[in-house]
Amino acid sequence: MSASRLSLRHVAKRFGALDVLGGINLDVAPGEFVSILGPSGSGKSTLFQILTGATTPGAGTIAFDGAELTDPAGKFAFMPQRDALMPWRRVIDNAVLGLEVQGVPRREAHRRVAPLLEQFGLAGFEQHYPSQLSGGMRQRVALLRTVVQDRQMLLLDEPFGALDALTRTSMQQWLERMWERHRWTALLITHDVREAVFLSDRIYVLSARPARVIREIAVPLGRPRTVRDLSAPEATRIEAELLDALLGSASPELA
Amino acid sequence: MLVDYSPVSRIVGRLTGPGKRLGVAIGAAWPATVLVVAIILVWEFYTRHSGIKPTTLPAPSRVLQQIIENRQALIDNALPTIAATLSGFALSVASAFISSILVDFVRPLRRALFPVFIISQTLPLVAIAPLVVLWFGFGLLPKILLVALVTFFPMMVALVQGYDSTDKDMEWLLRSMGATRAQVFLKARLPSAIPFFFTGLRISITYAVVGAIFAEYSGAAKGLGIYMLSAKNNFRPDLVLAAVFCSALITLVLFGCTVLIERLSMPWEQVRKDDRK
Ligand SMILES: Nc1ncnc2c1ncn2[C@@H]1O[C@H](COP(=O)(O)OP(=O)(O)OP(=O)(O)O)[C@@H](O)[C@H]1O
Ligand SMILES: [Mg+2]
Repeated sequence: MSASRLSLRHVAKRFGALDVLGGINLDVAPGEFVSILGPSGSGKSTLFQILTGATTPGAGTIAFDGAELTDPAGKFAFMPQRDALMPWRRVIDNAVLGLEVQGVPRREAHRRVAPLLEQFGLAGFEQHYPSQLSGGMRQRVALLRTVVQDRQMLLLDEPFGALDALTRTSMQQWLERMWERHRWTALLITHDVREAVFLSDRIYVLSARPARVIREIAVPLGRPRTVRDLSAPEATRIEAELLDALLGSASPELA
Repeated sequence: MLVDYSPVSRIVGRLTGPGKRLGVAIGAAWPATVLVVAIILVWEFYTRHSGIKPTTLPAPSRVLQQIIENRQALIDNALPTIAATLSGFALSVASAFISSILVDFVRPLRRALFPVFIISQTLPLVAIAPLVVLWFGFGLLPKILLVALVTFFPMMVALVQGYDSTDKDMEWLLRSMGATRAQVFLKARLPSAIPFFFTGLRISITYAVVGAIFAEYSGAAKGLGIYMLSAKNNFRPDLVLAAVFCSALITLVLFGCTVLIERLSMPWEQVRKDDRK
């Protein structure tokens, strides 16, 4: 791949005696939606820790738009695994958090977020506190907070992991539509094989710790996608392949 | 005998809105009220029928009578106590706040300061109070200092614990947004500490009045503490108890104020509780 937005080569990480990442190679092109599938505890969130600068890689190189990534500030908009909404901030104030940190004046920040509230299904809830929202709404606030930062790339860590199956499916459909519209460059971490197939252009499967890429699959389904497309033969074949890769890599005590 | 308060809950259940909230407050307060009234009744009964001398244990009715008769003297003496309590408390909140921030930003300071603070908590008030009065005279200053000394530590600990309770993902998120250490503190650590701060405040306020009275007991021109001391020396336990009643009343009112401020400062908690009902 010539013009990668993000490119990881042999990225490794250990926490003390724990060998978490065992050399990851991964590319994301501009405007591409890429997912990472991997068993629990394989080091997926650790990868995001490295990308956001929360921890340093033990080895390997990371390139962003062709240049070595030395300072991640300003490049990624990150959505943590648990929504990390601030209970003391109203919906609108949670959504503008990133802009506030950047020093955008309050009024201007609100002005920028306002047109997105409708799309994110949050119109009329601006003044609510997070505790007053449903799980799906909380995730949409967290996503809104992520995308309004207007960064070159989104890092989404299991955005729908905590939701019930029905809400999750409708959120996936909603995210697919949103992505059609905005064409964000996105890297998504998930446990959910169907979610990965439904949303992604390409999928990486990680092994159990120490994590390596054991499979890379392109998803040649057309867009826009609907849930129906998941029953197309192409989609079911990819799903089966992904499951095989995941189960084959599962920790020995589960095998 | 078990107290059955189901009639109250049934009435409360029918109310809505602000009426319901008031009803709930009354519902919550009334078992305590019943208990206090019962204790006073037993006490009254005992003093009337056991033949105990009023100079040993006066009846509550007599204490009440003394409160009414001596109200002017009690108010005159309560005011300096309230002033000492509030000023000392303000000093302690301000210094707990400042030192908690210092300790949060400069980690080694925590290891240096905490042992000193803990030692300050082991100093017996009986020994320290007269010394502080000796050093700073009979005015307001030694009282303020003693109140601050007894209330500082719980507040400081509460704040530091509150900062540490901050959700790690929240800090990670802020860092990923490019936030500075100061921004992380202001936007995540400080708000996370608010509930802890109020818990500390509620504990401290009950110590504060006791601290002020203790300081006055060791020497003061005016105040409930010195009033109690002279009443005791004149063999007037009824007046001592009248002053005790005043100090309890002050503590309760101050406690109520902290609860009120707590509610006003955390509207999101109110919303959460209202939605649960
Ligand atoms: N800062 C850290 N210090 C020490 N160990 C860590 C740290 N961060 C993560 N780990 C460990 O690294 C391993 C991988 O964690 P990570 O959160 O990356 O897994 P994950 O793939 O995201 O799992 P899940 O799917 O359950 O979210 C875990 O065993 C975790 O305990
Ligand atoms: Mg994770």
